[in-house]
Amino acid sequence: MGVEILMPALSPTMTEGKLARWLKKEGDAVKSGDVIAEIETDKATMEVEAVDEGTITRILVPEGTENVSVNSPIAELDGGSGGAKAEAPKPAAEAPKAEAPKAEAPAPKASAVPEDVAATPSAQPERDWGPTRSMTVREALRDAMAAEMRLDGDVFLIGEEVGQYQGAYKISQGLLDEFGPKRVMDMPITEHGFTGMAVGAAFNGLKPIVEFMTFNFSMQAIDQIINSAAKTLYMSGGQLGCPIVFRGPNGAASRVAAQHSQCYASWYAHCPGLKVVAPWSAADAKGLLRAAIRDPNPVIFLENEILYGQSFECPTDDDFILPIGKAKIEREGTDVTLVAFSIMVGMALQAAEKLAEQGISAEVINLRTLRPLDTETIVNSVKKTNRLVTLEEGWPYAGIGAEVAMQIMEHAFDHLDAPPTRVTGLDLPMPYAANLEKLALPRLEQVVEAARAVTYR
Amino acid sequence: MMGQFDRENAMPPETSGAKRRSRGKEPAMGRDVLLQAYRDMLLIRRFEEKAGQLYGMGLIGGFCHLYIGQEAVVVGMQMCLVPGDQVITSYRDHGHMLATGMEARGVMAELTGRIGGYSKGKGGSMHMFSREKGFFGGHGIVGAQVSLGAGLAFSNMYRGNDNVALTYFGEGASNQGQVFESLNLAALFKLPCIFIIENNKYGMGTSVERASASRDLSKNGSPWGIPGEQVDGMNVRTVFEAGSRAVAHCRAGNGPYLLEMKTYRYRGHSMSDPAKYRTREEVQKMREQHDCLETARAELMAQGVTEADLKTIDDEVKAIVQDSAEFAQESPEPPESELWTDILLETK
Repeated sequence: MGVEILMPALSPTMTEGKLARWLKKEGDAVKSGDVIAEIETDKATMEVEAVDEGTITRILVPEGTENVSVNSPIAELDGGSGGAKAEAPKPAAEAPKAEAPKAEAPAPKASAVPEDVAATPSAQPERDWGPTRSMTVREALRDAMAAEMRLDGDVFLIGEEVGQYQGAYKISQGLLDEFGPKRVMDMPITEHGFTGMAVGAAFNGLKPIVEFMTFNFSMQAIDQIINSAAKTLYMSGGQLGCPIVFRGPNGAASRVAAQHSQCYASWYAHCPGLKVVAPWSAADAKGLLRAAIRDPNPVIFLENEILYGQSFECPTDDDFILPIGKAKIEREGTDVTLVAFSIMVGMALQAAEKLAEQGISAEVINLRTLRPLDTETIVNSVKKTNRLVTLEEGWPYAGIGAEVAMQIMEHAFDHLDAPPTRVTGLDLPMPYAANLEKLALPRLEQVVEAARAVTYR
Repeated sequence: MMGQFDRENAMPPETSGAKRRSRGKEPAMGRDVLLQAYRDMLLIRRFEEKAGQLYGMGLIGGFCHLYIGQEAVVVGMQMCLVPGDQVITSYRDHGHMLATGMEARGVMAELTGRIGGYSKGKGGSMHMFSREKGFFGGHGIVGAQVSLGAGLAFSNMYRGNDNVALTYFGEGASNQGQVFESLNLAALFKLPCIFIIENNKYGMGTSVERASASRDLSKNGSPWGIPGEQVDGMNVRTVFEAGSRAVAHCRAGNGPYLLEMKTYRYRGHSMSDPAKYRTREEVQKMREQHDCLETARAELMAQGVTEADLKTIDDEVKAIVQDSAEFAQESPEPPESELWTDILLETK
């Protein structure tokens, strides 16, 4: 029984080619690896190597023939010298081909948010955690890390100046003393390298917390965050999870100019395989960071430098934790929904006060998590108020506000009484000059004005 | 002479200026071990030839980077490992997977994009993993696996075990910034990481001379005091010997080690590479004079192994490869429900 040698496909797109030259003739013995022919494709001339051993009994396509279809027989080989049975390759026609997505394949979901997330029980009021005390966001973040490090020996902190220096922004103050240099490790200034190292350690089951001195420097490492941390679970068919937290200050600081003042919320929220959290208060910071550290997935934890020193009431319960993926209604209202995250939640609340003075009842939603987005809470609010204003410090183009507005288009369009509007940072690199910087960032009066505009006041 | 290392094309290890800190007793590669190595190399060779054939039939899509020619590197290195050690590499990874003991069926079925593949058809040629076998991929971004490999070694250090991580990369990746960052981190924290540069002379179509100012890549770790060696990567015995030294060094807690394997790929960078950047004579010379299988075969015959013994191995390997190819065509495509799985793990 002979074996057919088939015209090979030599590139992902090749369907036919020219059989340029035979390097073997009928009667020649060939073994695997021998070059037997040359084929011209649209791109290049390629060599064809024999796979099977044997003698060429017949050449079916003479050299110089154009437009030879891929998978058509070009020669015949005798069965070779015994061994394993002759390997007659199955014609591709019989084999299921790698096909383009089938027509009946489920269309990509309209919402970027998985159904089960959208279905989180928003109706449930937030759990009452009992007594609280005032603490800064800085303390809350440190307490969250310390609490989780006490519970789980696999959790450790790495980053620049996290140890001996006690943290560039003093977030890790005291952690080196309590946990020692093995679990609070100072890194050289090599974000790409140490981020990759941490991701590798997470693949092997450890639970690193990677502190970026600011998220601006995570750009050095974004390949490892997206291509390695976020995608490997999918590419491994569910085998290789990556329990890791990337945290640090994000967004505009003060008078540090464009390279050190940027919001990365929409960059990371864009990517499946990541969770993205942006706390506002001390309670957010503590409860969500604990959840992020326990989460088996890579979590981007976007803090804000200006909030670090601000104090909030935070539950004292040792078990206090907040769920990722759940927004919080910070203030109830009936006339307009203000959606904000991180430092802009504070501005939204201030705006709500001002609006109340003017007889407008604003509902303020603190998103807390940007991916997965708690669409249900926003939708339910807009169904009540029929108006939406989004707030963010970042750029408007393809920003979080754009996504929130689109979610409302998809899920609550008929409930809108006015086009959604957004208050954002300006679409330009952050200037250094004090007056220009102030102009580039969202201002309270803009939020009030936007809310008045959508309520037609 | 068959199997002799080509001194013109590769500097011998002695010229490497890097130190060999802990050159302990080297385990000898006896006949049985060499026979096993021959079998493992042959499996990779035949598997890759079959993969090339299935690609030609349109059953494998996208990128497909064959390992043919370089088999001695992974097989020799794998023989130095114990359970619990880790292996990570780039996208030319089929050989590494087979060497770690991953099933040919699962690898081939991943190449054809079927549910029976190691990643359920969602990763493809460049993205396969087996926690059980200590294989951590299979990574498509050139150089990324080097930092990740340092992280695997970091996890060994953190846990205080004596396992080591083999981190493979090509000479093309060796110029990536994060590779140098990782060398620094590994030396700084004394990570049990063996950096293995598979120098097959071409990063896609660019020869190493046109890409690297460094003429001796084994010295690339020397600024950080990482001992390095140049190794004849076409000979499984020399690979095994150098690998044993490197692994002993790392396991003893002495920090990282760097091996530059002088090797050669017979095929193009990927299936669609016509390989016009080198001459047919150059390829032919390597195949005829330095082929790892021919070298091992000659040694085995000299040690009394018969043609019939080798034929038995041939047949066994062919049967495994044929079975994997059949499985890879019979296994169904992943069900559409797989589209939405494995994006995130459930939060407990």
